[in-house]
Amino acid sequence: MPGTVQSIERAAAILRMLAGGPGRLGLGEIARSLDLAKGTVHGILRTLQHVGFVEQDRVSGHYQLGAALLHLGTSYLDINDLRSRSINWADPLAARSGEAVRIGTVLQGRVLVVHHVFRPDDTFQTLDIGALLPLHATALGKVLLAYRAARPGASLDRFTHRTVVGARELAADLDRVREAGWATDIEEYTVGEAAVAAPIRGYGGLVVGAIGISGLVERICDNRYRPHPRLVGYVRDAARAVSRDLGAARH
Amino acid sequence: MTERYVVAIDQGTTSTRCIVFDRRGQLVSLAQQEHKQYFPKPGWVEHDAAEIWRNVERLAPLALRRAGITLDQVSAVGIANQRETTVVWDRRTGAPVGRALVWQDTRTDSLVHRLLEAPGAAEVQERAALPLATYFSGPRLRWMLDHTPGLQERAERGEILFGTMETWLIWNLTGGLHVTDVTNASRTNLLDVRTLDWSPESLDFFGIPRAMLPEVRPSVSVLGTAKEAFPGVRIGAALGDQQAALFGQTCFTPGEAKCTYGTGSFLLLNTGADLIRSDNGLLSTVAYQIEGEPAQFALEGSIAITGSLVQWFRDQLELITTAPEIETLARTVSDNGGCYIVPAFSGLYAPHWRSEARGVIVGLTSYITKGHLARAVLEATAWQTREVVDAMNANSGLTLKTLKVDGGMTADNLLMQYVADVLDVPVVRPLAAETVSLGAAYAAGLAVGHWPDLEDLRRNWHRAAQWLPAMDPGLRASEYGNWRRAVERTFDWIQPA
Ligand SMILES: Nc1ncnc2c1ncn2[C@@H]1O[C@H](COP(=O)(O)OP(=O)(O)OP(=O)(O)O)[C@@H](O)[C@H]1O
Ligand SMILES: [Mg+2]
Repeated sequence: MPGTVQSIERAAAILRMLAGGPGRLGLGEIARSLDLAKGTVHGILRTLQHVGFVEQDRVSGHYQLGAALLHLGTSYLDINDLRSRSINWADPLAARSGEAVRIGTVLQGRVLVVHHVFRPDDTFQTLDIGALLPLHATALGKVLLAYRAARPGASLDRFTHRTVVGARELAADLDRVREAGWATDIEEYTVGEAAVAAPIRGYGGLVVGAIGISGLVERICDNRYRPHPRLVGYVRDAARAVSRDLGAARH
Repeated sequence: MTERYVVAIDQGTTSTRCIVFDRRGQLVSLAQQEHKQYFPKPGWVEHDAAEIWRNVERLAPLALRRAGITLDQVSAVGIANQRETTVVWDRRTGAPVGRALVWQDTRTDSLVHRLLEAPGAAEVQERAALPLATYFSGPRLRWMLDHTPGLQERAERGEILFGTMETWLIWNLTGGLHVTDVTNASRTNLLDVRTLDWSPESLDFFGIPRAMLPEVRPSVSVLGTAKEAFPGVRIGAALGDQQAALFGQTCFTPGEAKCTYGTGSFLLLNTGADLIRSDNGLLSTVAYQIEGEPAQFALEGSIAITGSLVQWFRDQLELITTAPEIETLARTVSDNGGCYIVPAFSGLYAPHWRSEARGVIVGLTSYITKGHLARAVLEATAWQTREVVDAMNANSGLTLKTLKVDGGMTADNLLMQYVADVLDVPVVRPLAAETVSLGAAYAAGLAVGHWPDLEDLRRNWHRAAQWLPAMDPGLRASEYGNWRRAVERTFDWIQPA
């Protein structure tokens, strides 16, 4: 079978064993059943444990299927975890850009705001953690769509005259997002406001959220209606810093 | 001109962090490493000081590498540390003698009871402006001298050194400089707060040889130059972590206060050049001292167990796998279901100071789920804050109008809202969650002229989030009543042997 990856086959075999067996299994037992060296099996088990597919009992050291396997269809990263682990990078992004920062994930076809840092000008602002935003009309949402963390809804609502409402047009927009590695929304959700966002990746490069800034269009964009490269750079740096902390390797 | 930076070492109870800050006080890179917690007996908590120093050695270059900077771009290093944790080591070999006794350790309980009966106990407390309690390092040092054969004699001969964590780190960083700062020294029971130096009478009272004590220095001053970890860089400051957070929040004016939510939680109110003594369970402590200026003081409400209750829920009960999941679990229900948890794991600190108290879970019925328990865990932090805020308001004659917060638990949105609800004041988080480190960096940068003055630092402070109170007053009052009744049930649990 050309092109198969041996360690993935072995990982699949281990998962089947754990799923079929009556309970927890020891390392020796697994290695013997599969006729593999203990060291090989141990390496695979540790990787599976790292991604949450396998759990190890603290007392006996035996292995069982991990909770993450049961929730394969839903987001593997707890939203409160995501906030905790990005807070140190969201603050400097707000300080450097001078704009408000939001982090979003997907909830039932919309962007769920999981973290919000005020624009650092000490004016009155209200936390909107828990708010839901449209996917197709926001920079955060377009990032989530572009990297397949979410699917576009059947009907694309119009919020301003600049909102992208055509499926083909949106698909082309998302192609550009993937190519560039970041997304914008320029007066597409609220007139007078613009936003820039970039993907937050977890292990294996999987996109688990988006981080971005938003503010008045004349501050975010230059006179050609394009976001300032400096701001885009800050957003992408912050996204990379969070991703690195979440265990994404090279991104 | 290449940009210059300040590095902070935050040597905490559970981990050590090394953080690089830019000119605007923003975090550029962070390297962090947990260290092992030893719990050899109920109430005993120990650390391996050698392990902690190895972590600092490893984290220093890592933080610089992650920031993409070199040593010559570092203006200064500042140190913030877990306070009252007691280290003893061999002057010649540099090896720790036994493990460090951590601030949560209660083994000195009966020793403290005996000391309180001894002649001179009242004067010791008067001079230090601190109660004699298991919390502070003086009794811990006495305990170590009592329980390590030959240690007293070796200490008399000057072969053994004592220090809190910053002293231990500075000694290792500089290759043998033995100094502490006033904020850490003010947590030993050994300092005379009027002279800001060791009190010979208090040393006599404890039987502690002067030869083993470090020299007391201002917090903001060049303490020495590093030979290890940051070779060639000046150490510009050392402060206890809670004082560092007060500095990082730029609470430089009397009346300004902050609460830091980490392993424990600590509310500190700047009282300026006046030391205010508390008669309702708060501590008087040195807030900071800038070289050449008078020391500034603070009133402190110390809560031993807040974040560590979440950690207990995660590691001992295994009901969650990460600390932030406590919020997810708590949101599965809409209230505590009548259940309250009072985490008197090391007795109760401020404002009760009951070392014989132990934790309780009350209000259990078959209705209670793990979601209710998770709520009760978070609410315990909020109500404990309420108790120290009440004491602070009564003591200082000021009424707190907003609460500035920082620390890892401020990422918990449900908790911060609940704190605002039970305090009935807005809760504000600044644009710097790692305020302990920021304070150490500010202090060190100030000492070497990286930042010109306190006003310059103050301009960096911005509001990053705010939670406004939204609780019905009747509910607040009845919940507070329930909490107080739950607290009473922790008292008198440990019986005198
Ligand atoms: N989202 C959250 N909700 C509740 N508690 C949390 C959350 N995130 C972290 N914690 C708790 O906060 C603590 C970590 O906060 P922080 O990093 O400020 O403490 P720390 O500085 O490590 O403490 P120390 O200095 O004492 O070692 C832990 O006890 C953890 O259980
Ligand atoms: Mg800390």
